[in-house]
Amino acid sequence: MSDSPYVSTTNACKLCTPLGAALAFRGVEGAIPFLHGSQGCATYMRRYIISHFREPMDIASSALGEKQAVFGGGPNLKKGILNVMSKYGATVVGVATTCLTETIGDDVPRLLYEFRKEFSDLPLPEIVNVSTPSYSGTHMEGWHAATAALASQLVREKAPAERRVNLIPGFVSPADIRYFKEILDDYGVAYTVLPDISEAMDRPALLDYEKLPAGGTPVASIRAMSGALGSIECGRADHMAESAGTNLERRFEVRNIRVGLPIGVRESDAFFAALEELTGTPLPEKHAAERGRLIDAYVDGHKYVAGKRAIVYGEEDLVIAMVAFLAEIGVKPILAATGATCRNFKQALADVTEGILPEPPEAREGVDFHDIAEQAADLAPDILVGHSKGYRYAKDMGVPLLRVGFPIHDRFGGPRLLHVGYRGTQTLFDRLVNTILERKQADSGVGYGYL
Amino acid sequence: MEQAIFEERRDQIHRKGEGPFELACNRDSLAGAVSQRACVFCGSRVVLYPIADALHLVHGPIGCAVYTWDIRGALSSGPELHRLSFSTDLQERDVIFGGEKKLKAALLELIERHKPNAAFVYATCIVGIIGDDVNAVCRDVAAKTGIPVIPVQSEGFKGNKREGYAAACKALFTLAGTGDTSDISPMSVNILGDFNLAGEIWIIREYFEKMGVQVVANITGDGRVADIRRCHGAGLNIVQCSGSTMELAKMMEEKFGTPFMRVSYLGIEDMADSLYAVADRFKHLDPGIVERTQKLVREELSLLLPKLKEYRKDLEGKRAAVYVGGAFKAFSLIKAFRHLGMKVVLVGSQTGTKEDYEELASICDPGTVIVDDSNPLELSKFVRELDVDLFVGGVKERPIAHKLGVGFCDHNHERKEALEGFVGMLNFAKEVHASATSPIWRFVPRREAMAKALKEQETAKRAAGGEGI
Ligand code: SF4
Repeated sequence: MSDSPYVSTTNACKLCTPLGAALAFRGVEGAIPFLHGSQGCATYMRRYIISHFREPMDIASSALGEKQAVFGGGPNLKKGILNVMSKYGATVVGVATTCLTETIGDDVPRLLYEFRKEFSDLPLPEIVNVSTPSYSGTHMEGWHAATAALASQLVREKAPAERRVNLIPGFVSPADIRYFKEILDDYGVAYTVLPDISEAMDRPALLDYEKLPAGGTPVASIRAMSGALGSIECGRADHMAESAGTNLERRFEVRNIRVGLPIGVRESDAFFAALEELTGTPLPEKHAAERGRLIDAYVDGHKYVAGKRAIVYGEEDLVIAMVAFLAEIGVKPILAATGATCRNFKQALADVTEGILPEPPEAREGVDFHDIAEQAADLAPDILVGHSKGYRYAKDMGVPLLRVGFPIHDRFGGPRLLHVGYRGTQTLFDRLVNTILERKQADSGVGYGYL
Repeated sequence: MEQAIFEERRDQIHRKGEGPFELACNRDSLAGAVSQRACVFCGSRVVLYPIADALHLVHGPIGCAVYTWDIRGALSSGPELHRLSFSTDLQERDVIFGGEKKLKAALLELIERHKPNAAFVYATCIVGIIGDDVNAVCRDVAAKTGIPVIPVQSEGFKGNKREGYAAACKALFTLAGTGDTSDISPMSVNILGDFNLAGEIWIIREYFEKMGVQVVANITGDGRVADIRRCHGAGLNIVQCSGSTMELAKMMEEKFGTPFMRVSYLGIEDMADSLYAVADRFKHLDPGIVERTQKLVREELSLLLPKLKEYRKDLEGKRAAVYVGGAFKAFSLIKAFRHLGMKVVLVGSQTGTKEDYEELASICDPGTVIVDDSNPLELSKFVRELDVDLFVGGVKERPIAHKLGVGFCDHNHERKEALEGFVGMLNFAKEVHASATSPIWRFVPRREAMAKALKEQETAKRAAGGEGI
């Protein structure tokens, strides 16, 4: 439950569930995210997402008006799906509900069942639906729920067994996913990454405006997940009855290995170990070298960051992973805060800092930026670590902000930030050290040019 | 190509010169069409947002509040309460048992913490459905705290942005007429429909001050509750962005007899005409005002015009597309582009009315495509077909332009560059120039392909011509 002592929310440190679902659906090839609700939310979310990724983000809406809110949104939902079929040529439609349609009680699975019957003469797309009432949970829960819906609704039978790994990476950047795929290639294994926003949300310049951006996980690849050696699911926070990985495990006996978001040496080691375990292939030389370079950099840079006090905030999985990273380089995470609530936030923080910190950092769940700032006032942090919505607070506190995750609205290149694996940790470490050096230089009256 | 247009939307698109002008508008967005439009909540939030010493509490689940957290460029010369995002963050429990208690507690808590001069409570989609009595809670809290607590009926699904504007005007109207007007000069105005993006209202206020006109309330830009309470004492309401605040002007005329006038601060003629029109209204009180205004305009133009000429050299003949929230802005943009030697070939808005579109049709060139409530598929189709060099729009239109290798100018509520007034015209020209003439476009695949095709054509032509000799 929430740790906030207040009734009101000021500058929330979370977003609503349909946004996460829409983004996850964008990571499927040929898919169009479709919000069943009023026009406004789809537009707001598009705007918000576009500001970070600087890519088109077409989210269709059933555009309910007053009449439909009273009599039900079924007709608009059906008409909307027909429209995105004909104009976008979508082969997958990802339907997410909103606070409005959940409250008026539209039964989306039933409406979709009717739809499929009514239009059975048409070449219908795959339609996946997820319930995302925005009054419960956060965008991360929307993301995970949509990912689970993709696995449970599109994977219908046991696929032939093959040397394949399912990677369920969580909400990471397109650059992170591209790097994940490189790693999987290096293991010489077939794979499904679900979902995969690496192409759609960071497109090269092309000849035309694409109605449906290429890339994303192909449906066939999703179906093949049931024949895989196993799944690796990233993210330690636990708030779902059944995730995509556990769903496949229950129905098709595909082994599911849960690891943290691989940030920092220890969490990355666990990720690579899981890969080795599933594939039987040891850590490829290239990655062993990157690990070695990372540790070498840790050694070279440790004094610059030693004992610095950091406040980490944002999405629960990312916060846990960043704490793991900061702790192992000798930065003291003094507060780990998230707008979400989950079953094991505090436990996970204890787990990732075990053996390194005498005690885990203070953890706060279900808080907003007002709560975080109030507490920060007594904590004298040296740095804030989180997405760019914390900027005004960092500014007020007079400390630098290391930008990670989503959204990055005040800097360029958010989708190309690398966070995961040895390579991602390397870029984070370099950025962190340099942020601190920059501050030191700016604050110094001498202006040393040799640090 | 044609496929990009939905059958149901054919009558919301018109090409000037092809048949009599008739454009369907003010309709609900089509399901599945990925409209660029927002909702009622958005409309009311836009208008009320810049009232900087009021508390703006969004009653609903978290989404609507976070997506509107400090997304606008509306500056304040003092308090900055408007830049915070307050929400009741309704949870499942509240949806089942009702959110009134939570709303009341949140209001009391926030009013205690921030001591605002008024509070606006925005009802979102779901509040309309669960039936919270927002009015009653507001009355109750107003009585307890002694400040106006004003409900804004902005349930998202109850129409489009226009209804939101109306809801906001209604909310503002409850404040007007409640303050002291004794020290207000008859030669005074209220500024409506200017949002002080990047400090624009300060530019405009300075013009009025130079003319000798008192500004009573900047109702929607750098706004203050106390000013709005006494705005009925002003001699004239000047309304820019008429879609958003016309309703308030009309209500004020009816109740307080305050006359109003539509203006625009964008572009050279519109800015000058607006100032002259205001001068004209007051010249019976102070004949000197006409001369002061002429002097002001002359001085500004003598600075501006030579600089514009520089930009025009490079921009002459380029083609622009305009897709904005309100149609009124589009009129001024068309004229502004003419000063830059550019031609507007596509123009549209999210919320234009029949009259707006008629006026648009009358000022644009034959062949110009006019659209209402468009979407990415249509916009990208037209940008391609009409061979546009520069697009003017907001965040959601930017990737459409960029993907097609087309320059872009941000002309929305998020911009950080002042585009109003004479100096604004210069900023506009600078931005248009910077984007439209950037060398990067040659690398964009579509432009590369076009350049290649052109070259091939020329070689072919030369070869054909060569044979003749
Ligand atoms: S909270 Fe509800 S109405 Fe608001 S943006 Fe989210 S889904 Fe839409």
